[in-house]
Amino acid sequence: MTGPARVDVEGWGWRYAGRKLPATREVDLVIEPGERVLLLGASGAGKSTLLAGLAGLLGGSDEGETTGRILVDGAPPETQRGRIGLVLQDPEAGIVLSKVGDDIAFGCENLGVPAAQIPARVAEAVASVGLAVPLDRPTKALSGGQKQRLALAGVLAMRPGLLLLDEPTANLDPEGVAEVRVAVEGVVAREGTTLVLIEHRTAVWADLMTRVVVLAPGGGVLADGPPERVFAEYGEALAAAGVWVPGRPVDLPVLAPVSAPDAVLRASALSIGREKGAVVASGLDVSLPRAAGTVITGPNGAGKSTLALTLAGLLPELAGEVVAAEELAARGVRRPVRWRSTELLTRIGTVFQEPEHQFLAATLRDELAVGPRALRMAPAEVDRIVDELLERLDLASLALANPFTLSGGQKRRLSVATVLAASPAVIVLDEPTFGQDRRGWRELVALLQREIARGRTVVAVTHDADVVRHLGQHRIRMGDAA
Amino acid sequence: MHTSTSALANRSSVATTDRFRWRVVDIVVAAVLGVAIGLLFWGWNTVGGLWFTAMDGLTPGLGGIAVGIWLIGGVIGGLVIRKPGAALLVELIAAIVSALIGNVWGVTTIFSGLAQGLGAELIFLAFLYLRFTLPVAMLAGVGAGVGAWVLELFLTPNLAKSVEFNLIYLGTLAVSGALLAGLVGWLLVRALAATGALSRFAAGREARRDV
Amino acid sequence: MSAATTERSRTAWLDGVNPVTKVAMVIVLAAPLLVSIDAVSAATALLLELLCVPLTGLTFAAVLTRLVPVIVFAPVAAVSMLLYARPGGTVYGTFLFATVSDDSIALSLAVLVRVVALALPIILIFARTDPTELADALAQVAKLPSRFVLGVLAGARTVGLFVDDWRTMSLARRARGLGDRGALRRFFSMAFVLLVFAVRRGTKLATAMEARGFGSDIERTWARPSTLSGRDAVALAAALALIAVALGAAVVSGAFRVVGT
Repeated sequence: MTGPARVDVEGWGWRYAGRKLPATREVDLVIEPGERVLLLGASGAGKSTLLAGLAGLLGGSDEGETTGRILVDGAPPETQRGRIGLVLQDPEAGIVLSKVGDDIAFGCENLGVPAAQIPARVAEAVASVGLAVPLDRPTKALSGGQKQRLALAGVLAMRPGLLLLDEPTANLDPEGVAEVRVAVEGVVAREGTTLVLIEHRTAVWADLMTRVVVLAPGGGVLADGPPERVFAEYGEALAAAGVWVPGRPVDLPVLAPVSAPDAVLRASALSIGREKGAVVASGLDVSLPRAAGTVITGPNGAGKSTLALTLAGLLPELAGEVVAAEELAARGVRRPVRWRSTELLTRIGTVFQEPEHQFLAATLRDELAVGPRALRMAPAEVDRIVDELLERLDLASLALANPFTLSGGQKRRLSVATVLAASPAVIVLDEPTFGQDRRGWRELVALLQREIARGRTVVAVTHDADVVRHLGQHRIRMGDAA
Repeated sequence: MHTSTSALANRSSVATTDRFRWRVVDIVVAAVLGVAIGLLFWGWNTVGGLWFTAMDGLTPGLGGIAVGIWLIGGVIGGLVIRKPGAALLVELIAAIVSALIGNVWGVTTIFSGLAQGLGAELIFLAFLYLRFTLPVAMLAGVGAGVGAWVLELFLTPNLAKSVEFNLIYLGTLAVSGALLAGLVGWLLVRALAATGALSRFAAGREARRDV
Repeated sequence: MSAATTERSRTAWLDGVNPVTKVAMVIVLAAPLLVSIDAVSAATALLLELLCVPLTGLTFAAVLTRLVPVIVFAPVAAVSMLLYARPGGTVYGTFLFATVSDDSIALSLAVLVRVVALALPIILIFARTDPTELADALAQVAKLPSRFVLGVLAGARTVGLFVDDWRTMSLARRARGLGDRGALRRFFSMAFVLLVFAVRRGTKLATAMEARGFGSDIERTWARPSTLSGRDAVALAAALALIAVALGAAVVSGAFRVVGT
């Protein structure tokens, strides 16, 4: 069977084994061949589950229970392998083999395509997504945007009629996002493949889509229609649910630039790098104004994260010194990199790009208590701090949950909370809004603005223009990689 | 547009209820666990190796105390995947990885992996792949230890050593297997399940019910 | 598709041998040594194998580096045999359970050399094998089930991608006040998190693979055919000859001694 596929979803629902409530239910949907559907909804509404159901990948009866049915071209999706292509959010998880050409050929091999035809299909797929790398390039050497395009090529080599994309750009930087957008547009323009896409960054994709479907958290379809109409009618509900609706900016104040900075951390003629001898940037003159928000921006490879980690006392300076203000000195030492771990904890807190890199405990309470306990505070004091933070960051109901089981937004809040537990004067954040939907984004930026109002210094590495606008009282722009 | 669950609805999936058939996720995660444990073995080669070095060289058979960690692959494989051959496969992969990175025992590591994995596998088989409790895990650890003991009779060859040595060695292997492989392995699987990483496995879903 | 060795600087003779043959060679060069416990067979095998190093594309320096841990450990195995082998011949001394005798000295020497002789084949033969090539060979030539072979290959790959994560996690622990003490505890906590990452990524990868048709009953084709050639026969024959000479040398010199006697 060739050509774009048709999808029929009839009263479909799925409940994962071991859970009481279904992930989604009573979904009724018909997608005509060639339609391009944007699938939206609050987190927990079952979008990814629906996509997995469309691909026939939800597993057997031991993994869950299904109601209703899904038909692709009139048959269950499990019988249509190769006709349905799926690209996932994590660029790493979509790559099977270590060389580009081998990975793209993987789908063809599985489908029994004669070996003689495979090279042509691979070349076609590569051209289709605009991936201009040699076929023996190791896949782990690719950038995020390239990896996602590789995953897409691997799917296209199977010549599917239905293309399913589950937040394909969520883990990419702006450059990668643009690359994938262009690639997908090219594909649907050429082949007219039926497309179902989950994304919360709707501004990037809205004009490519012919239809928007919104899933309701309780079950069923909340809205279904052309993009303009759905955004107009449901814009507010969608924005509250975390979708970036075009034309609805976040309602947060823009902080005023700082004019006479009184620096809490300063460095001149600073050279930075991850390893000795490998200088990433040099001759930097940096000063971080007290009780204000600073943003560090710049292209990929310019050394933004490296600078942030150096200022935070985690990476040694390759030349020059980072010097802290007088009142931050520990045992008379003013260079953060010389401070002991427990001294650093109460002076400069660091929030990493991937919250899970920081997680240490099996429950949220214990996670928040790590810092205070490392400072040898009394148990009663520790509990007080933990309770206060749980309340403040709206995590109280999750106090006994395992940190790894939280949603993306919750993990981010938790990682910031663990840093706040030790009350440092400075907080350094590496790409804090990465992968966040609108709600998570808003909560985080609002939180940081509140902390600035309380007198904390906030430094954020970011490539998000909105973050720059709302937190960038002082801006450090890193140049292009020399 | 029916919302009722009519006859065609509750299709049991393509794979039916054959609980012995390996899914793709079983194979891939078995490999992940095997490689990760193989790296652990390689790391333990220094600590455990030092102990074994000191003890085996000087005492009759007490070197077996540290061996338990090298038996953990079979226990973890069986507890997580719960299908025939899982214990054997994970321990074997771990052994191969450990051998490839380079260790003192070379090819024989792979024979050890086979024997140890088989020992654990037989225990899980004895329970018909139905029970995966802590006692079963500890027994599997003992099984793996016995497997190692039998192999080394011919490999080292311990047959050439005295009866006392061999008996003491069997004892320490059994205890080490029960504790360092069985108990530690079981705890590790529980901790892993608590993070939600095993949601596609029965081991992960069991943990969920506690919360 | 992907030429097997485009990025290697020189192609060695052994690179042209099918990985399945390589597996057979490793078994052939190691297993027979386990039959006899004597120093002559092990030493002869060792010597002959070292003579073949140029064919493998490795430098002697590289081989020696990888042999170091083996050579360091070998005396341990020897000492154990020295003290606890069943006594035979002149007895030189006893202490508690330990007895040093003629037999135990001979056996310990033999074990010393044998440990090294058993470790060398894998180092020589597999140091430069590409995992994908090995998987292709195991599935196509050895006819192992492709689901298992490729699934294991894909899963094994994911674990190797976490170097950056490890570094970041070390920094994170310093930032959280835990960088001063407890290095061992830090090590295990980081290792555990990496395990979580690996299992998660593996699970997602399995879904992606299934989405691309993997694991179904469709008969698979191969973009990278793996074949046997004359070179494989030569390599295997050479390995057989090598071990035959080694064992033969032991028999001829009278040192041959079956395990357990």
